[in-house]
Amino acid sequence: MSADPGQFVVTLLQAIAMGLLTGMVYGLMALGLSVIFGVMRVVNFAHGEMMVVGMYLAWLAFDRLGLDPLVSLPAVAAALFVFGYVLQRTVINPFIGLPEHMQFMLLLAVAILLVNACLAIAGPDTHGVQVDYMFDSFNIGPLVLDAVRVYAALAALVVAGLLWLFFTRTRPGKAIRAAADNHIGALVVGLDVRQLYALTFGIGAACVGAAGALMLLIVQVHPFLAIDYTLLAFVIVIVGGLGSMSGALAGGLLIGVSEAVAGVLLQPSLKSVFSFGLLIIVLLLRPQGLLARRS
Amino acid sequence: MSIWRRLTDGVPARALGALGLLAALLVVAPFLLRFMSAGDYWLSILILVVYFSYIGQAWNIMMGFAGQLSLGHAIYLGLGGYVAAALYVNLGIGPWLGVFVAVAAAMLAGGLIGFLGFRFSLAGVYFALLTIAFAEFTRILFDHFKWVGGSGGLFLKVEADGSAFNLQGSPLLFYYVILALAAAVFVLCRWLLTSRLGYYWLAIREDPEAAQAAGINVLRTKLLAVLISAGLTAIGGVWSAFYYKSLFPESAFSMGRSIEVTLAPIIGGLGTLFGPIIGSALLVGLGDLFTSLAEWLANTWDVKTAGLKQIGYGIALLLIVMFRRDGVWPWLARRLGFDRQREDRP
Repeated sequence: MSADPGQFVVTLLQAIAMGLLTGMVYGLMALGLSVIFGVMRVVNFAHGEMMVVGMYLAWLAFDRLGLDPLVSLPAVAAALFVFGYVLQRTVINPFIGLPEHMQFMLLLAVAILLVNACLAIAGPDTHGVQVDYMFDSFNIGPLVLDAVRVYAALAALVVAGLLWLFFTRTRPGKAIRAAADNHIGALVVGLDVRQLYALTFGIGAACVGAAGALMLLIVQVHPFLAIDYTLLAFVIVIVGGLGSMSGALAGGLLIGVSEAVAGVLLQPSLKSVFSFGLLIIVLLLRPQGLLARRS
Repeated sequence: MSIWRRLTDGVPARALGALGLLAALLVVAPFLLRFMSAGDYWLSILILVVYFSYIGQAWNIMMGFAGQLSLGHAIYLGLGGYVAAALYVNLGIGPWLGVFVAVAAAMLAGGLIGFLGFRFSLAGVYFALLTIAFAEFTRILFDHFKWVGGSGGLFLKVEADGSAFNLQGSPLLFYYVILALAAAVFVLCRWLLTSRLGYYWLAIREDPEAAQAAGINVLRTKLLAVLISAGLTAIGGVWSAFYYKSLFPESAFSMGRSIEVTLAPIIGGLGTLFGPIIGSALLVGLGDLFTSLAEWLANTWDVKTAGLKQIGYGIALLLIVMFRRDGVWPWLARRLGFDRQREDRP
């Protein structure tokens, strides 16, 4: 921290800008959790683990095929989609509508399997990608923005935009929203809700997989990141409103900024104090989230 | 009604007999283990089983009886352990005295979390997230709390004049202490379930609104569950701190520690008295089985893959959850004819 107030403002603005960019990726990650919960009321306790799987797939694509995570992103998302679809069909579907603790235990088992599969395949070491534009940056006035973060944030925005188009413009997207709004009604008009649920879980998984590929541009991956990402995704969706898509994105930005600012104002080890403090306040005073309507 | 009548009312005689046999077996187990090869190892496994069944029982009061999902019980374990250990290391106050302060600290934390959560009517996942948030907060706090060692950890020295008075000694001492605690909490839970408070809890678990309408003070009754659960968990935390002799905020207050507490009662059977015991035996047993299996693979076939034993554990957990979603004990009890509601069922 500098004694010069002008310099301090620049440092703060810099942190906020970085936080916003990282927050976009956080938002995309949380979007997956929110979509899954919003539609089938299943709390995905294996969300961070799916994120880490996405990161590892992107790392494998880079390590073996030399693919930039931005290029391998569609493939990673597709792989996670298939995984999510099959997982929902085989394991999760019987647990829809059951008490939370049963879903929690089920997804905990899935989480243990995913993390340790990553550990078994890639080992406990950290892995990262070295892209050509790693040290590039954009200068906007006094601010210096890392190119990797800018590209990751833009890509996250594109994926979120595609998702929005899917849910508002396509027939399956509208059908999923219908099933989320009124389960019985959806069955009555002849929608294949089981199919739609599997599709939803696949989409949620694809979202978090894409977020994982993008996150790999910013941080290095190791298996034990998973539980932190699960918690982070929960904090974000609660702050933004569980089940709300725009809330998840806004929550991601808010948490991204609060982490970055806490890193500047306090010390990096205290950065999650802000997010957990925010979580407690939102839980108590506005449990429907900052953006969502009260239902 | 005498206490004994009240505790055993409606329990089939064969279940009581089996329980007596189990208790007797657990009491003499250390002597039997002496005649086995690697007896010390098996004693350490047995200690784990009893420990996890004890803290599982304590957690079960909140979730199994009163229906409040806590995923932050590490806060009570950690506070209990830290308070007693810090009092001993820094002030020389022994654990038999320190445990009262530890319990008080955990109950204070539980009271705060419970009051806030219930006052603002948080339930289900929302309440669970509140408990996680407080545990994480405490973890960060203790990371910067120099009096208890900060992130560097707090250590209990092995002392030459260590004795049962300052909870130091052989694994045998720790085994009998935790066994006595587990037995006591078992009887306490049974007693609670036959008390007015226990029936209030079940009413709230099944339908909070109906319970409220029936005139139960829901906030106070739920708070009592948290306070009792937190206090009992803290005692487990004190035991565990003196058994392992080291504490780190990073692990003591971690999400993983909280999850560990919930596993045995959920796998064993939520809200049942034997659930935590069966669940703990099953999970510790499985963990040990897969550890040996991974060792065998490494030694015999030279397969050295990290995470292999956890993959086995994860698959086992997944299968149990998928096929025994109410837990193992309710199913086992029916098979063994220990199900006391059997005659009442149509």
